Amino acid sequence: MKSTLLSLALGVGLSVAAVSAASAGTLDDVKAKGFIQCGSNTSLIGFGFPDEQNNWTGLDVDFCRALAAAIFNDPTKVKFTPLSAKERFTALQSGEVDVLSRNTTWTMSRDTSLGLKFAGVMYYDGQGFLVKKSLGVNSALKLNGASVCTQTGTTTELNLADYFKANNMTYQVVAFEKEEEVLKAYQDGRCDVYTTDQSGIYAQRLKLANPDDHVVLPEIISKEPLGPLVRQGDDAWFNVVKWTYYALINAEELGITSKNIEEMKNSANPEVARFVGKEGDFGTGIGLTNEWAAQIVKHVGNYGEIFDRNLGEGTQLKIARGKNALWNKGGLQYAPPIR
Amino acid sequence: MTDLSSSHGWVRTEDAKTLPPPPNTTGLTGWALQNLFNSPLNTVLTILGAAFVAWIGWGVIDWALIRGVFTGESRDACVAVPDSGACWPYVWAKFHQFIYGFYPFDQRWRVNICFVVGALALATMAIPSLPYKKWNALFLLVIYPLMTFVLLTGGDLNLSVSTLLGIVGLLLLTALVIPPLAFGIEEGIRRNRLALAFAGVAIVIWLLSLFVSMPEVAIFGSFVSISTLAIIGLLAIAAALSAAHEAFSRDASARTALLSWIGACSAVIAVLLLVDTDFGLVPVETQQWGGLLVTLVVAVTGIVASLPLGTLLSLGRRSKMPVVRMFSVVFIEVWRGVPLITVLFMASIMLPLFMPEGVNFDKLLRALVGTALFSAAYMAETVRGGLQAIPKGQYEAAQALGLSYWKLMNLIVLPQALKIVIPGIVNSFISLFKDTTLVLIIGLFDVLGIVNASFNDPKWVSPQTGTTAYFVAALMFWVFCFGMSRYSIFMERRLATGHKRRGY
Repeated sequence: MKSTLLSLALGVGLSVAAVSAASAGTLDDVKAKGFIQCGSNTSLIGFGFPDEQNNWTGLDVDFCRALAAAIFNDPTKVKFTPLSAKERFTALQSGEVDVLSRNTTWTMSRDTSLGLKFAGVMYYDGQGFLVKKSLGVNSALKLNGASVCTQTGTTTELNLADYFKANNMTYQVVAFEKEEEVLKAYQDGRCDVYTTDQSGIYAQRLKLANPDDHVVLPEIISKEPLGPLVRQGDDAWFNVVKWTYYALINAEELGITSKNIEEMKNSANPEVARFVGKEGDFGTGIGLTNEWAAQIVKHVGNYGEIFDRNLGEGTQLKIARGKNALWNKGGLQYAPPIR
Repeated sequence: MTDLSSSHGWVRTEDAKTLPPPPNTTGLTGWALQNLFNSPLNTVLTILGAAFVAWIGWGVIDWALIRGVFTGESRDACVAVPDSGACWPYVWAKFHQFIYGFYPFDQRWRVNICFVVGALALATMAIPSLPYKKWNALFLLVIYPLMTFVLLTGGDLNLSVSTLLGIVGLLLLTALVIPPLAFGIEEGIRRNRLALAFAGVAIVIWLLSLFVSMPEVAIFGSFVSISTLAIIGLLAIAAALSAAHEAFSRDASARTALLSWIGACSAVIAVLLLVDTDFGLVPVETQQWGGLLVTLVVAVTGIVASLPLGTLLSLGRRSKMPVVRMFSVVFIEVWRGVPLITVLFMASIMLPLFMPEGVNFDKLLRALVGTALFSAAYMAETVRGGLQAIPKGQYEAAQALGLSYWKLMNLIVLPQALKIVIPGIVNSFISLFKDTTLVLIIGLFDVLGIVNASFNDPKWVSPQTGTTAYFVAALMFWVFCFGMSRYSIFMERRLATGHKRRGY
């Protein structure tokens, strides 16, 4: 302890002296140190949580793995820094992490005045409703006169008021301080409807005794686009992160999966050829190799695979693609072409 | 006269057989009659209390054991039975994380060694009848922390040349303290003017180098600015000058001061060598630590650091030297005036912003320093309470014997003062142990943090998972805190050598 305290004191002194040492671009730094430092969630079902084997798992986590695959051709070259909601932006601003992939909502103030930049939307979230199947309701528009359980003092409560007012419906609010209390009240039948962010609803549903007796209504009444973000002013790194995201979407659109990637490398389709690096110099253009996109798909899979693995029907969460389907399948996920 | 007994009647020559006490005053019945049912009010309270305990106890047993699920592979086992209780298979599956966090599986023997050696050393220390207490304490306070540091992190810090030079500079700077220590402040400064001048120049150069960038030269395969070299050179001269006074002096106290300085420097250098040596251990970042490991590291560091630091601060606060007193008062009041959660936030959120980009301290280290200093401030006030309870006569008697300040404190005052405040000290320890859960909010996984993280695994999330997890976390904390509390009661009774009032 003595020595660590001492080196701390010294470090403070010496680091003041080292202010002038300018850092190179994040991409060069990452390549030099050989791994990505990824700011992740301390624990959120489906997005970032540790499994029994100590592996971080989830949608946000897989994005960082994809980034590592693109840069190093090795999805394990990423270190996770679990961050609480309060310290996440500081960690990114201070350079403690290279990228923040921690279900963060893209808002104007965060994108501008905080000095950060969102690279894309990995998950279109929004406030949704959970009702008992026995109620026979299949749309939020039929909730006139319902009692709604929610958390006090959150935007959830405000969104709720806006939505019911806009649709000329009345409702009764039953509000609680804690998420667990809200769920308990809903379970005990003190209200007809439970509302929170939709990804959260799917997670909370698992805590109910009989999840299959409840149904999530299709309506989403607020916008919560969640995505990875980086520091402003480092365009080379921003491009790498942004195009990693686009590569995931493009791969799904082109039908390239982790299973057929080797065959696809010989595809005659010019779009696929550009994607896997057979044609053009797109990878070197962003400071990577031309196989960057193929490496992502090979190691991590495309967006659809990542979604299914962490959130989709195959998991306990059983979240439908909904707004997160590709643009040509009725969703919002859209990526500019590689050309 | 001599034959009185035989002529005047019968006198009993042996004691009458003692009758057994009335049956309702002994044994379980007697105890119960005396303590639980000795008045109508107490009888009612006893019955109500017993009913309450039975009600709660039955609830826990029913939930944990009777309705509990004990086997299974995933959440399905825990949700299959309607109205099931505790979900134990989840605890079996995740228990290793509660203890080790994300420490790599094949490296966990290192943590185990630390746990076992620590427990053994602590046990031999805690049992009063075992010998070699001094060596045991030395091991526990010096060697054991170093050992755990090397074992847990893997050692081999790879200190940069500039860090090493910085440490050398500081060590050389401390040499200036020897003459004042040996000859008193005024005399020491008078004898050592030249060295102080050299050191002054070195500090001026250092301050200048903060604002002016200096050319660099290659040494030891890395670049070092010439200002750093000049500083080290000047400090070396200053240190040599100060040491020379003592080396050629015939004064015994001067020799002792010099020797203790050399001893302290070699200890620091030995520690540096130890943590910088490659033992072939795989490095494990503190990011991968978690669970009980983090809780114990934070709590033990806080506890071990806070007692000596706090004692020094409390002495400083009662000191007659104004600078020392002011420093202690300001330090204590600043740390006591700030909640621990703010300290941790400051360490984890503000500190990185003050640092230049790319300079980062380990998150766990930041939390450790924060909690150690925080608890030292509280400990200082606890110990001060004990110091104030010692009658003035004790100080005067010790002074009359000609004891120096440190001997007076070490031999007379502190042993009595610390004994009085054992409950207060243990109180601080226990609250520190529980406060470690606050590291959760800066993204470190202590027991509670890892428990929170683990029940978000969709494989296990079920209506009972969260409750079971919190139950286990509470049990783990209770075991440690209750253990500390019992040991403190044992120590109090053992050290109760007089002044004992009723009750304990």
